[in-house]
Amino acid sequence: MAVAATYPGTPSSEIGTNLEALSQETGMYFEYSTNEKVALEVGAAAAASGLRSFVFFKHVGLNVASDPFVSLGYVGVRRGMVILTADDPSMHSSQNEQDSRIFARLANLPMLEPTTPAEAREMTIAGFDISEKLEAPVLLRTSTRVNHARGIVTLGEAKKVSLEGHFEKDPMRFVPVPAVARRGRVKQLERMRIAKEMSEQSPFNFESGEGSVGVIASGVAYAYAKEFLDDARFLKLGFTYPLPDQKIRKFISSFDKVVIFEELTPLVEERVIQLAKEEACELRVLGKLSGHLPMAFEYSPETVTALRGELKVKEMGRPIQVEPIDLPNRPPVLCAGCPHRSTFYAVKKALGNRDAVFSTDIGCYTLGINPPLSAADYLLCMGSSVGAAGGFSESTKQKVIAFIGDSTLFHSGLPGIVNAVFNDHRYLLVVLDNGTTAMTGHQPHPGTGRTHARPTPPMDIEAMLRGLGAKHVQTVDPYDLASTTSALKEALDRDAFSVVVSRRACPLALMRKAKLKRSLYAIDQAKCVRCKTCLTKFTCPALAYDGKDVSIIPEMCIGCGCCAQVCPKKAIEVRK
Amino acid sequence: MTYNVLIVGVGGQGVLLASRVIGEAAMREGREVVMSEVHGMAQRGGSVSAAVRFGKGALSPLVPKAGADLLLGFEPVETYRALAYAKQGTVVVTDVHRIVPMTVTSGNEKYPEVGELLSAMRKSGLKVISLDATQAAEEAGARVTVNSVLIGAVSTLVEFPLKEGTLRSALMSSVPAKAKQINEKAYELGRRAALH
Repeated sequence: MAVAATYPGTPSSEIGTNLEALSQETGMYFEYSTNEKVALEVGAAAAASGLRSFVFFKHVGLNVASDPFVSLGYVGVRRGMVILTADDPSMHSSQNEQDSRIFARLANLPMLEPTTPAEAREMTIAGFDISEKLEAPVLLRTSTRVNHARGIVTLGEAKKVSLEGHFEKDPMRFVPVPAVARRGRVKQLERMRIAKEMSEQSPFNFESGEGSVGVIASGVAYAYAKEFLDDARFLKLGFTYPLPDQKIRKFISSFDKVVIFEELTPLVEERVIQLAKEEACELRVLGKLSGHLPMAFEYSPETVTALRGELKVKEMGRPIQVEPIDLPNRPPVLCAGCPHRSTFYAVKKALGNRDAVFSTDIGCYTLGINPPLSAADYLLCMGSSVGAAGGFSESTKQKVIAFIGDSTLFHSGLPGIVNAVFNDHRYLLVVLDNGTTAMTGHQPHPGTGRTHARPTPPMDIEAMLRGLGAKHVQTVDPYDLASTTSALKEALDRDAFSVVVSRRACPLALMRKAKLKRSLYAIDQAKCVRCKTCLTKFTCPALAYDGKDVSIIPEMCIGCGCCAQVCPKKAIEVRK
Repeated sequence: MTYNVLIVGVGGQGVLLASRVIGEAAMREGREVVMSEVHGMAQRGGSVSAAVRFGKGALSPLVPKAGADLLLGFEPVETYRALAYAKQGTVVVTDVHRIVPMTVTSGNEKYPEVGELLSAMRKSGLKVISLDATQAAEEAGARVTVNSVLIGAVSTLVEFPLKEGTLRSALMSSVPAKAKQINEKAYELGRRAALH
């Protein structure tokens, strides 16, 4: 492929890390786009200009990109385009577990669904060929257990790519005004008829094994079923939209009972039931709709073993008796020295007893949900903090505070800000600017002053906000709690749309670049009165309590000095 | 038959790196290998786990419950938390060094006695190799080598199917050149502690 674009999101972010290096090696163009919609548009234009393109993001990224995605199904592409969506069943790092396979149907585009990393490679390559035959993009639907799995993959050679594309004008195809779109719609349906034939012929839809029960499986669910079941014949489906109806008809005709293993929405199952009805065959279909398998959350080996009785499950190890001991929970927390903690602490101080709604957003700072910070009351998706804050400010008499990170601000915060100015919403927007896309692995964004490959003029966030019409914009350093608190207080007291930019680099990012200047703080035990304000109100993980004394864990403390500002007895001081 | 390794610990400790080393060693010995891990939000000081499964027919990226042949724990509470994956015959290798979570430092929850955790595991019939890997890593020269200490300990197990030499070389090719020496030392200290 010649062009690739993404916006980082777990579990798809590591693809970008690899393409950063690969693009240097092959001359491929790769970019971190400001959001998934833009990424998809960049890739679509490349594929319309005769260059192979690859666009990838997490499942909710496909929601953001869904507008161009659906129209792309009408205008199509000239060279191969593969769009990867990384679904996250069980929501390991997401706000929902939507099944993106439904998008293939929505947009009338073919879809491939790998089980293993090796198959993901094969399907990406095949996806480009399918895309070129159909002149339409192919959706490659992965999931966390494929993305964050490792296996043996034999790599091909990285070839040099040419970026010499040329766009042949054809507005009667590429400008879907109604008359053109109607033609595109007819073409799209014809294309899907061909795609169905391809699915029937596809080597990704194949039978294996011998047994008395039929198992139809897709994605990683196939891995669990294939490994832990005996006495079963499998139909593995990898080309899952359109489904190979003839192959399925033939397969189910030799069984009384068929079990369907697929995660999330019972798409294959519904189709099998429908085909069985058409064939008028007496078939028991076991799956989600029959109540045998769960609709919610990812599958695991236990999903298979739960069907013991209906299926022959391989012998597993014998469980042990474990004495129940109460174990402390270990939820993820903001890092030691995280500037977000300091900002949240200052916001709480500035608010005092006032009732406030915290409209938060997606990033590390969503961890502000945990007490005692409790700085997250409402969240929908990337960028929702800003729009929702406007809604709260018009619907309630409560103080409204929106939190948004720098990368999320560029991703989808800007229209909400323009809306706040235009409609005169009265709330406080706090931009948590740590100079990176921290949660997904410190990818660059328009404010960082560099792309992955080269320096770029950094977007001036304050100038941008003022340019969008924000009248009250102030910048603070969250490591200075007193002045941050007073700036926040001033903004809160003002009954108008106000922005406070809280700027401090992510210490984790600095640490990774070996640029973190550490100093070490310690507690003077003679001055400490064990009030535990630092522990219970500030809750930095570098603070420890042994039942008697509070101390600072030297290898965790980065020396931000905020706990020293929080201490009412000035018992915390810098040691070196 | 597959051999199943479950590695657990706290985000930032090197759990993922340890899984890669064991996976790499299995690959070097020509085994089929599948691995899985969790990234993202879970890494910010929360519980993390990684699975390495190798041998003929290994396809599932997850270790089944009561399916781990080796449970490698970087932190005693996390080791105990993962016991649903242990079975009769599981070997447990665990660091005894505590990483006290915020839920405890803030005074809301209690951290159990490490001795109690270890004896409960032994009472369950598990073979438990416990060592202060964190201290050994500090002795070797850096706390980040704790993962080399623990891999050293694994390399001594008669039940572990990969060769000691393969494990060692896979480990050494995963560390930067300038850190080779301290990792060698950490690995040796892990071996020594486990053999005692």
